[in-house]
Amino acid sequence: MPAATPSYALIVKKDCPTCALIEPVIAQLAARFASALSVYVQDDHSFPASFPERIDDTSLAYSYAHNIEIVPTLLRLHADGTEQARIFGWDKKQWQQFTGVADLGQKLVAFKPGCGSKTLDPGMEAVLVLKFGPQLLKARAVALADAEDIMEACFERGWSDGLPVVPPTPLRVLRMLRATTRAADEIIGRVPPDNVPCSVEKVAINAVLAGCKPEYFPTVLASVTAALQDQFCLHGLLCTTYFSSPVLIVNGPVTRQIGMNGGVNALGQGNRANATIGRALQLLVRNVGGGIPGGIDRATLGNPGKYTYCFAEDESDSDWPSLAMDRGFERGDSVVSLFAGDGLQGVVDQQSRSPESLAKSLALSLRTVAHHKLFAMADAILIISPEHRRVFRQGGWTKANVRDALYSELMIAGTEIVRGAHGIAEGMPEKFRDKILNKFRDDGLHIVSAGGKAGLFSAVIGGWVASGERGSQLVSQKF
Amino acid sequence: MSPSTILLDPTSELVTAERQLLPRLSSLAGKTVGLLDISKPRGKEFLDEVEQALLALGAKVKRYAKPTFTRIAPLELNQRISSECDAVIEGLAD
Repeated sequence: MPAATPSYALIVKKDCPTCALIEPVIAQLAARFASALSVYVQDDHSFPASFPERIDDTSLAYSYAHNIEIVPTLLRLHADGTEQARIFGWDKKQWQQFTGVADLGQKLVAFKPGCGSKTLDPGMEAVLVLKFGPQLLKARAVALADAEDIMEACFERGWSDGLPVVPPTPLRVLRMLRATTRAADEIIGRVPPDNVPCSVEKVAINAVLAGCKPEYFPTVLASVTAALQDQFCLHGLLCTTYFSSPVLIVNGPVTRQIGMNGGVNALGQGNRANATIGRALQLLVRNVGGGIPGGIDRATLGNPGKYTYCFAEDESDSDWPSLAMDRGFERGDSVVSLFAGDGLQGVVDQQSRSPESLAKSLALSLRTVAHHKLFAMADAILIISPEHRRVFRQGGWTKANVRDALYSELMIAGTEIVRGAHGIAEGMPEKFRDKILNKFRDDGLHIVSAGGKAGLFSAVIGGWVASGERGSQLVSQKF
Repeated sequence: MSPSTILLDPTSELVTAERQLLPRLSSLAGKTVGLLDISKPRGKEFLDEVEQALLALGAKVKRYAKPTFTRIAPLELNQRISSECDAVIEGLAD
């Protein structure tokens, strides 16, 4: 039996000068192979005018199915249409050899590289995966009426924290999912308060809502994984009447890769990664977990950080261990840490020039967390700014020295803080009168660096009054 | 994406995708019920009867009327009703 004659498929686009160059070649191939030659056009079906049998591939279905990266590409096909071999760009000798047409393109230049296939246009890959790839998205599709305003529709369905959200179209969600190697249907845990199994896809949808770029998604996934650690006690944190909510601190190379802010206005507005990563976690808790203010969320006042509360640590000082390093990670690790915290309390000290004075000063402000006379109830994060860090460094102090000094300064006699002391009913129970207490439980005070280079100001993030094993502890997740 | 826009549900999907009714009142006792007359003929007489029935159930009643049945209620009227009432009954049609 004679071998079956091979067939050929040529993929071109009008916008490509090399494809235009080889138009005479198409006529030669058509004369030689007749109906065994198919020509697919990616962009303009009027091209090539000299080959009327051209096939419209503006949908890119054929190009995507055959993984075309460069035009022109010439495929030699088996009888069943599967690929036997391919060449691309224009290389006269190669084309003559590949097709067996000895005088193919004889008058043309010997070589001209091809152009990128339309399938590789920026953003096109996800579009094509959505159209032609495996069905990854399993979330319920919500169809809007033609006249419905897409932004208002998201508000009306209760998906928003009160600010506009980015509508979670399938394409946006797919782009988010492509930023992780984890499967879309992988369950990463149960989100309280409803304890619903949460898939990677649901995290991606909420990351889209929050305004995240896909490159933030691994950080968002890590923050959700951290939030679901038992020690973080997310369920209790959601329900509390207290101010607290998750505060995210991100360490390591990822902060620079995705452009997070740990410098000027680190805890303020204006940085997309800071703003949207923290918001993604809050929206996930709302939408998947069902943690709705006034429902299970019983906060008396709440705090503005419940929209988003996320920043990078300033790790520019190599002699100063980061929060992640304090938690046992390496400087080269990307780590997200979650703290159950509330609003920000500023600490002004523009006079201290010695480490001793500054440590005493910071300790005084730390004493006010939750209440001046309540001890070992709420943890805290002390955020030390660059100028205050300089005072410590110039005085020869390490971070460990700062921590030790704060511990000593925060040891207070029970007589000072029991109920009724100083004419104030609030305070520690009477049984502590003869004890010496520290303001913070062991492992209850965390020190983080952040802030702009100007300003002798540091800050305290007070923790939940149910800190520690009975409630929430700072958790960290490497990713 | 056409003809209508598709969005992916960010929620746990524990409830239907349709917009939910507000929670219903479990009792009318002590509650304020608004009666909205859409200003069609004889609506007033009908709502007078409804008012008597509501009062008998222990509800308080406030009466409102749209300027004309041909148009939707003015925003100001909607806001007044929602701030003054626990529930509203709208008299529709003839």
